[in-house]
Amino acid sequence: MTEASAITTAPFSLGEITSEGLKPEEYEEIFRRLGRHPNKAELGMFGVMWSEHCCYKNSRPLLKQFPTTGSRVLVGPGENAGVVDVGDGLRLAFKIESHNHPSAVEPFQGAATGVGGILRDIFTMGARPIAILNSLRFGDLNDARTKRLLSGVVAGISHYGNCVGVPTVGGEVYFDPAYAGNPLVNAMALGLMETPDIVKSGAIGIGNPVLYVGSTTGRDGMGGASFASSELSDASMDDRPAVQVGDPFLEKSLIEACLEAFRTGAVVAAQDMGAAGITCSTSEMAAKGGVGIELDLDLIPVRETGMVPYEYLLSESQERMLFVAAKGREQELIDIFERWGLHAVVAGSVMVEPIVRILFQGSVAAEIPATALADNTPIYHRELPPQPPDYAQQAWTWNVAALPPCTAEGISIAATLQTWNDLLLKLLDVPTIASKRWIYRQYDHQVQNNTVLLPGGADAAIVRLRPQTEPGATSNRGVAATVDCNARYVYLHPYEGAKAAVAEAARNLSCVGAEPIAVTDNLNFGSPENPTGYWQLSEACRGLAEACQEFSTPVTGGNVSLYNETLDSQGKPQAIYPTPVVGMVGLVPDLTKICGQGWQEEGDRIYLLGLPLETVSSCITLGGSEYLAAIHGTIAGMPPIVDFGLERQVQAACREGIRQGWVKSAHDCAEGGLAIALAEACISGGGGSSEGAFSRSL
Amino acid sequence: MVVRDLLHQPTRMVWHEESDLSDLDVVIIPGGFSYGDYLRCGAIARFSPALQATVRHAEQGKLVMGICNGFQVLTEAGLLPGALMRNRDLHFVCDRVSLRVERTDSPWTQSYKPGQIITLPIAHGEGNYYADAETLADLESHNQILFRYCTPTGETSVAGNPNGSLNHIAGICNRHGNVMGMMPHPERAADPMLGNTEGLTLFKSVLGSMAVV
Repeated sequence: MTEASAITTAPFSLGEITSEGLKPEEYEEIFRRLGRHPNKAELGMFGVMWSEHCCYKNSRPLLKQFPTTGSRVLVGPGENAGVVDVGDGLRLAFKIESHNHPSAVEPFQGAATGVGGILRDIFTMGARPIAILNSLRFGDLNDARTKRLLSGVVAGISHYGNCVGVPTVGGEVYFDPAYAGNPLVNAMALGLMETPDIVKSGAIGIGNPVLYVGSTTGRDGMGGASFASSELSDASMDDRPAVQVGDPFLEKSLIEACLEAFRTGAVVAAQDMGAAGITCSTSEMAAKGGVGIELDLDLIPVRETGMVPYEYLLSESQERMLFVAAKGREQELIDIFERWGLHAVVAGSVMVEPIVRILFQGSVAAEIPATALADNTPIYHRELPPQPPDYAQQAWTWNVAALPPCTAEGISIAATLQTWNDLLLKLLDVPTIASKRWIYRQYDHQVQNNTVLLPGGADAAIVRLRPQTEPGATSNRGVAATVDCNARYVYLHPYEGAKAAVAEAARNLSCVGAEPIAVTDNLNFGSPENPTGYWQLSEACRGLAEACQEFSTPVTGGNVSLYNETLDSQGKPQAIYPTPVVGMVGLVPDLTKICGQGWQEEGDRIYLLGLPLETVSSCITLGGSEYLAAIHGTIAGMPPIVDFGLERQVQAACREGIRQGWVKSAHDCAEGGLAIALAEACISGGGGSSEGAFSRSL
Repeated sequence: MVVRDLLHQPTRMVWHEESDLSDLDVVIIPGGFSYGDYLRCGAIARFSPALQATVRHAEQGKLVMGICNGFQVLTEAGLLPGALMRNRDLHFVCDRVSLRVERTDSPWTQSYKPGQIITLPIAHGEGNYYADAETLADLESHNQILFRYCTPTGETSVAGNPNGSLNHIAGICNRHGNVMGMMPHPERAADPMLGNTEGLTLFKSVLGSMAVV
């Protein structure tokens, strides 16, 4: 039989194959690897594991450019989360992940389970979650649907994060019509390692028992990974069963039980069940360990009856994990989980043959080489278009001469003079710039009693590192964290925009006095199958890689979310702005040497670091600015070019000033530029007397 | 963490299935989401063996303190009157608010100055204190209100009330004074590293009262 003919003899229709998210040529490949046709369950397993969400088939060649090693990196990409050394024997796990598609159809549970998922990635490593941040993008806030999405997402994050007892300490929110149909919900979590050894996910030890722990399995969240890897359309509302339902209290118990279990040393490997549930955890653990796993579905605790293997294998029920235990010590672990009111059952074992074998009602329901699912997956190398897309080339031709003439008083827009004061107030009123207090007031940002800098008061959050395993231990060390991306810059020039996102993240950390050390990134893009989409993804990755190298902030992991597009009524895909969100962590060696963004005292001098205002430089431009977009309705121009040398100098000077106690507050110039930066420093500092200083500076 | 690490007192965690608390002087029921707060905040917790033991502890006249979810649990268990309902604006609220110390002759507040205005963090979705008119009148006449929400200058008004609580109530005690509950978090305003320490005074008050006893 020739390869090309496999699909013609398949026991599935083309529709059944594509509904699993597989392309016809991918089906041929499955046939070739198995040497036979897959059954329904196996087809589903390939469908989820070969989705972009799980195997990065479009982005892997691009991700290879990222610097991933450094003196502080203990665990890089490939595990559940990255881990860095933060000194004093303390180790920090951190990671960012998206839950965009679920949040688009069911904002509350979509966002809530996004938080739950990223927390599991952290404590699976043996780390106690200590902070959550999130990066959100919505459409125009005047739109009723956007309001519903925003309040649903915020309520979901608040519900899950508050109940699970991890502070939501920071984040960013942007509003732009580009996200109208496809909001972005990225959640980042940080955790402090509590186990002597970092818990990895590769299965080891032939004959070791495989334990299923946590909650029960049901039909919720079926096929979420495939769903996350396709465009959204009106029919997506019918995919609501693909959105999981979270139980934050169960997750809290799971955190405590897992950390207790890991401390016994009886767990040799662990993997959380996120996307593609049992399929993903068994195949990844087996593939990473170079072994096989046999799992009996009849032993899995269920929440509903009559499920078939396909449903077991693709369920994305939340708050579940898979462990490999040291043989003979399984009862010890089961006792811990039962004490916390959770399930823990031996459901399989590690075997020599490198395959995933699934048993159901006494027979084999699926049998696939582990690497075919999790490691040796399809990769698409795509070609960059010969030249940048038309929209970008056209945008770059814009220059400041296109603006109406202005004077010291103001600027005439549509024949009306608008004073600079009016315009400043207008900019402050733009939802992207305006205070996000309504949002962060709904998040418990102080639980655990370690939040040193509160949201709204500083450029980055700072959390004290206080190990809970050593009662009475006090630590003067902290970690700063931020999430950043000005996606309009990335849209206008993906390479420069991505560089700017990394630079801004590092700048935000420097403004609180923290030393940037590592990055986790969340690549939110449109379809890579479209030349413009691929150009954006590829150029942004090049920019991220270069900037992370330049700032010595290696990438320790992250998430890729492609196909963020909505089909309009004509069926034409509308992509979001390319949005590579940069989550960055920074070291604070001494918590007494930090600062916020608000002015502290009347009479203090205000310094502008960087280039003097009158400088003509590609680093200072109105291109892609909030002012241009919000006041003039223009999305054009060349975004500011990052000068790495200058940027490093400015940031080092800022950090040193804070460390020496010379700098009492610091704020970076971002959306809205210097004017907004000054205004925000006034507002955070309590306004009043500071205003004199502010107007003089202008 | 506050009592153990900042005040250096012996403490231990109580597991929810424990039923013997006879070794303890003060029981603190902290904030959180007991049993997920499913059904209703604190409604399931009141049936736990540890809470039954806490009721017996309180009946012996020993000290019991409930913070946030702990306050909700104490009202559900009937150790304190009234109930905590959904916040006025229906959102969870995490902020720092002003409180007026209403009395300083209780073991909980004796180290504050009469009428002192303090700032404490709050973080709750259901902190809207409610009781019927008779109960409220009783609370007032027996001087059982320990803290009221207020503006930074000490006025009790809607503007200073973050959740709609009746009579601006933030914290109360029982008639005898040995059981207290409050929605604000004094333990989050105790560590100098995090700035505000106006909540530490409350824990010092308790220690002071124990020394007298």
